[in-house]
Amino acid sequence: MTDLAGPVGGHAKSSFINDPKVRSIGLQLIALIVVIFLGWSFTENARDNLAAQKIATGFGFLDNTAGFGINQTLIPYSETSTYGRAFVVGLLNTLLVAVVGILLATIIGFLVGIGRLSKNFVVRTLSTVYVEVLRNLPPLFQILFWYLAVLSAMPGPRNSISLFGEVFISNRGIIIPRPLFGDGAGIVVWAIGLAILMAILFRHWAASRQEETGRYLPVLWINLGLIIGLPLLALIATGFPISFEVPELKGFNFVGGVQVIPEFVALTVALATYTAAFIAENVRSGIQSVSHGQTEAAHSLGLRHAQTLRLVIIPQAMRVIIPPLTSQYLNLTKNSSLAVGIGYPDLVAVFAGTALNQSGQAIEIIAITMGVYLVLSIITATIMNVYNKRVALVER
Amino acid sequence: MKRLLSTFALAGAMGLCAFGAQAATKLEQVKSKGFVQCGVSQGLPGFSNPNDKGEWSGLDVEFCRAVAAAIFGDPSKVKFTPLSAKDRFTALQSGDIDILSRNTTWTITRDTSLGLNFTGVTYYDGQGFMIRKDKKVNSALELSGASVCTQTGTTTEQNLADYFRANNMTYEVIAFATNDEVVKAYDAGRCDVLTTDRSGLAGERLKLTNPDDHIVLPEIISKEPLGPVVAHGDDQWFDIVKWVLFAQLNAEELGVNSKNVDEQLKSAVNPEIKRLLGTEGKYGEGMGIGNDWGYLIIKNVGNYAEIYDRTVGPDTPLKLARGLNALWNKGGIQYAPPIR
Repeated sequence: MTDLAGPVGGHAKSSFINDPKVRSIGLQLIALIVVIFLGWSFTENARDNLAAQKIATGFGFLDNTAGFGINQTLIPYSETSTYGRAFVVGLLNTLLVAVVGILLATIIGFLVGIGRLSKNFVVRTLSTVYVEVLRNLPPLFQILFWYLAVLSAMPGPRNSISLFGEVFISNRGIIIPRPLFGDGAGIVVWAIGLAILMAILFRHWAASRQEETGRYLPVLWINLGLIIGLPLLALIATGFPISFEVPELKGFNFVGGVQVIPEFVALTVALATYTAAFIAENVRSGIQSVSHGQTEAAHSLGLRHAQTLRLVIIPQAMRVIIPPLTSQYLNLTKNSSLAVGIGYPDLVAVFAGTALNQSGQAIEIIAITMGVYLVLSIITATIMNVYNKRVALVER
Repeated sequence: MKRLLSTFALAGAMGLCAFGAQAATKLEQVKSKGFVQCGVSQGLPGFSNPNDKGEWSGLDVEFCRAVAAAIFGDPSKVKFTPLSAKDRFTALQSGDIDILSRNTTWTITRDTSLGLNFTGVTYYDGQGFMIRKDKKVNSALELSGASVCTQTGTTTEQNLADYFRANNMTYEVIAFATNDEVVKAYDAGRCDVLTTDRSGLAGERLKLTNPDDHIVLPEIISKEPLGPVVAHGDDQWFDIVKWVLFAQLNAEELGVNSKNVDEQLKSAVNPEIKRLLGTEGKYGEGMGIGNDWGYLIIKNVGNYAEIYDRTVGPDTPLKLARGLNALWNKGGIQYAPPIR
């Protein structure tokens, strides 16, 4: 604008204030200062008032002893650990539900979504019923159903359902043997890593070979053989250094083994099946958005049905599926806070529940908890956005 | 959700208002809105429990009615806010409620670092364990390895950890947000043991499918003095709430109850009774309420014994003997400072 020679109306030397660029930056600066000032005065005022009422403030409480137990801990934790550690335990429990839930929901969602378009009447109807029932019931209700209805049908630990005498299912959860790693187990872990690396390299090599020669190799089967075979070989070579600690009924409960608590199972299953209903609809709409001409073109090129789906339809459908899929992943993560309804020790139950009540530092703890959910959501969204960029339509 | 709202209310109240400068006293606020807002439990028989018409009853509820009677002369001028154990203090700190009367244990942390004042002890309690009879356990010391259900945000949760640790026993704790969830999970067999204050066990047992299949173990593992709580910063309000309880205890000691209080008002010669009922001295004045405050409490709600007997006493489904809660001169430890 300023480059224009001879502005109209005789305002030859336009004032600095009239420059739209300067003005808009100036206004935004003022707005920013006002917001920062309001935030600062709010914090200061809150601190003064809390001090006046002698309510403890600050983040020092994170180093204090928590003094309460948690029944699912992914890292070592005891009653003598700090609130800070209880926070990490809660966070990991939330992440566990989120990650397992997202994986399950994606698998079920894709299967049901494709099932909705199946030519088979039974599959199609079952898929429709699944979607219509699960997405129309409130998630908390579904969690309570999986918890209370399924739990009360389970036998007590003394009459638990035993699978091969190794795995036990009861109203205390699923108890599985715990692997114990002996000498040489490290070699097996290395073998797994090596196998995965080799599988990736082989896939690249096979792809470029196909580009050049047009010859196709059964990559999936060879890689599967690699990933299973190599560690197995290592196991045999080191003389099976991994043993299993089988759970044993002693007194009230099983001792030994790994306990998968029923709260975790109920929460994960409920959230995964609920979210899967939405994902199924995303998948269906994504596939239907790819025009039928694409299928016909692929068929006329000689691609088989499965290949058409995998190489032509799904990649194009992904462009439509990914953005709403991200929202569903975020929903699942946030819905995991409903854990508090069934006593699963997630971040909200442990930290924004017990820790908040015992330390009384509501403002700090709620702020931290909200911050955590915000960060988790932003991380998930960022990963999905990167993936979305890769599958998005590249315009030439 | 309620917790989140109260937290925002707390953050808002603390962030926006200049503290103490222009604020009306709690008594003025209560008088101008015309009722006492009282925080109670979400349903604990004997202490605070709504019936199918939404009418609240119980020891904690009666206490709030007594405060309303002392201020307004009308025990019905109370509104109740049901709160879970973990939401209760935030609701009081943010000013959502005027009194917290929700079987709350008096501890040093709560009294000194949450911005709260405990006004007295309405019920002396202790933590106990309930277990199915068919588990054939006779002592809490046999509970090693057990799964224990409890309510989150309570002293119970910490006592449990201390007790098992002190006795070198292992346990699995499953902590739920509300009483009802604890009872449901225990009934479904998720845990072997339910633990809370013994008065609570008596109440919660009534909610089980077959109450007679369960026993309360003899051990009492903690001291749980339960009482009403107010927020820091208003000594007059603190005094009123504190003395409502003392008036009820003194009335029992002096033999004044809701049935004979009118007669006592006219004919009592004992100066202690006269001071309690406001016919001698001006003791309400110091608290900013009417001098007949004692009379209004006893007339409308009753003395401590009457309240105890109709809410948790031996003739109620809870069947709790007075025990520690008897007056000091009858073998208990309930003792109130004199009105003079």
